[in-house]
Amino acid sequence: MSDQLETATHPEGLQRVVIEPLTRVEGHGKVTLLLDDDNHIQQARLHIVEFRGFEKFIQGRPYWEVPVLVQRLCGICPVSHHLAAAKATDALVGVKQLTPTAEKIRRLMHFGQTLQSHALHFFHLCSPDLLFGFDDAVRHRNIVGVIEDHPEIAKQGVLLRKYGQEVIRVTAGKRIHGTGAIPGGVNKSLSREECDYLLRDIEQVVAWGVEAVELIKRIYFEQLEYHQAFATIDSSMLSLVRPDGAFEIYDGGLRARDLRGETIFDHVDCNAYEQYLREGVKSWSYMKFPFIKSIGAENGWYRVGPLARVNNCDFFDTPLAEQERVEFRAAGAGGAPLQATLAYHWARLIELLHCAEAIRELLHDPDVLGDDLLVRGELQSRGIGVIEAPRGTLFHHYEINADGIVEKCNLIVSTTNNNQAMNESIRQVASHYLDGRHLTEPLLNQIEVAIRAYDPCLSCATHALGKMPLEISLLDSSGELVERLVKCSSGDIRAAD
Amino acid sequence: MTDHGVRPLLVFAWGNPSRGDDALGPALLELLACRQEKGDFSNVELLTDFQLQVEHALDLQGRQRVLFIDASVSAQAPCALSALQPERDTSYTTHAMSPAAVLAVYEQINAEAPPPAFMLSIRGYEFELGQSLTPQACVNLQDAFPIACEFLQGECNPTFSRSTR
Repeated sequence: MSDQLETATHPEGLQRVVIEPLTRVEGHGKVTLLLDDDNHIQQARLHIVEFRGFEKFIQGRPYWEVPVLVQRLCGICPVSHHLAAAKATDALVGVKQLTPTAEKIRRLMHFGQTLQSHALHFFHLCSPDLLFGFDDAVRHRNIVGVIEDHPEIAKQGVLLRKYGQEVIRVTAGKRIHGTGAIPGGVNKSLSREECDYLLRDIEQVVAWGVEAVELIKRIYFEQLEYHQAFATIDSSMLSLVRPDGAFEIYDGGLRARDLRGETIFDHVDCNAYEQYLREGVKSWSYMKFPFIKSIGAENGWYRVGPLARVNNCDFFDTPLAEQERVEFRAAGAGGAPLQATLAYHWARLIELLHCAEAIRELLHDPDVLGDDLLVRGELQSRGIGVIEAPRGTLFHHYEINADGIVEKCNLIVSTTNNNQAMNESIRQVASHYLDGRHLTEPLLNQIEVAIRAYDPCLSCATHALGKMPLEISLLDSSGELVERLVKCSSGDIRAAD
Repeated sequence: MTDHGVRPLLVFAWGNPSRGDDALGPALLELLACRQEKGDFSNVELLTDFQLQVEHALDLQGRQRVLFIDASVSAQAPCALSALQPERDTSYTTHAMSPAAVLAVYEQINAEAPPPAFMLSIRGYEFELGQSLTPQACVNLQDAFPIACEFLQGECNPTFSRSTR
């Protein structure tokens, strides 16, 4: 069904609806819907308009600058880029195994980053969807009731986010532009005082993580049918896993499973990613469309991020998150992966809980206080670093010359991995919720709800004041503008001049 | 996670130093840091980040006054200084918040009014990755610097709202 909506049979005679840019996602994107004269959806596409220039930005720079430089690619996940680049430059300097202290400090930083990112998304980005995203009055009332049971939720979100940022600051040495991870290791470990400082609040952070998972489960199961159906697509899933199959976001091998949960490939060395994954292009989008090579471009697309990771792993190595994973997997039909797009929120909070537990464990590990920080090796020409960023699998691939200058750079960022999946979810929503109905802002918001479930980062740290309006244009079949609405930063909607 | 010995004045500038005129906020902060190194503004804390976000409401705690600094695509050149009020606008639900929304978060989590806060918006023009400041943005930056200094020296009327030049 949805495949038929990627390209309309006769687009020349259709109306075009544009939602631009998307609100509540990082950067700029727009959705175009082509309607026929009866307002039936004939074509649906997500366009990313800011995704370019990353590789050029990095080429020509010395490799040792890269872990710091790449933090400026994105104002939302600088730590993810920092760590992926650091892993790639480990390979460039010929280091295959970090010291225990270096690896644990990096993991601590990564858990802090993931914790704060997931906290922001749940408590502050998706809660409006949970509060106002449904057009059924009864469901709306129930949802409001759930949130009203938790008046401290906003404060918890702020403090969870702050805690994650403090973990980053302590491990990276600075709030932003940190230099914590360097080729072959880290440049600092934790002092006893820093460790005690983070330990002071960790039990509270874990407790809030437990409460957050309970809350999302209540929300999910109170509107089970809606959550199972909204924007839901059947897809393969890709993520890192540990050699023993455990949940893993810093290292490990690549695992891909199909929509039934059958293994496509497993424990693939990240250095061989090009043998398993390809990046397709489409004439209408700046962003590439990665796919699993053995399946092909047509059907080889997949999903990454919390939904994929929690579905793909065999277990969590922390008890509370593992308990939640078991319940999560039981919600999938007949043991198959849970495919509900809105289950991203549930999976995200299980990960948040795991991060809190993992931070607690690391803070009790004497290795994080160690002083063996760096390993040296022999310079190599090629380095690949792969991590699980909060939004999904992130690939950094560099090739350098004998002077250590980056000559080739290839990045596959998390949102790119989810490109086709987001398009598929939009088409599902367009077919089910918009087809044949009068277009209104709440209905168009349903599409944004679907996209926001993926927590996409559309690659733009630019945020100058006045740059974030939502514009909706309606054009008739001859291309003439019929109506344009602008959603201002204040939330007001007005007709454009 | 509460800082002790908080300085009474906070300057919070944000932007990506590698995205053209988006660097205006951090660049002005660097100019102020140079003055601080020479002994000025000892009662001022200078903070920067890529974007404004919910946790920055915690940075406002215990302050007497706050000055936010950012690039703006709509401010009248060279810059505009205005008073801020808490406002729960839709930026609350984006990955990057407005300063007014940060003030609203402060109000929400502390159940009290935030400290007096002001916005210095410096006109920017180009925001592409890898670009440096445009020449006109550099001019605007130089014009904004004495205004920020006056503000920190308490010589600005704390209620005024105007565009300079």
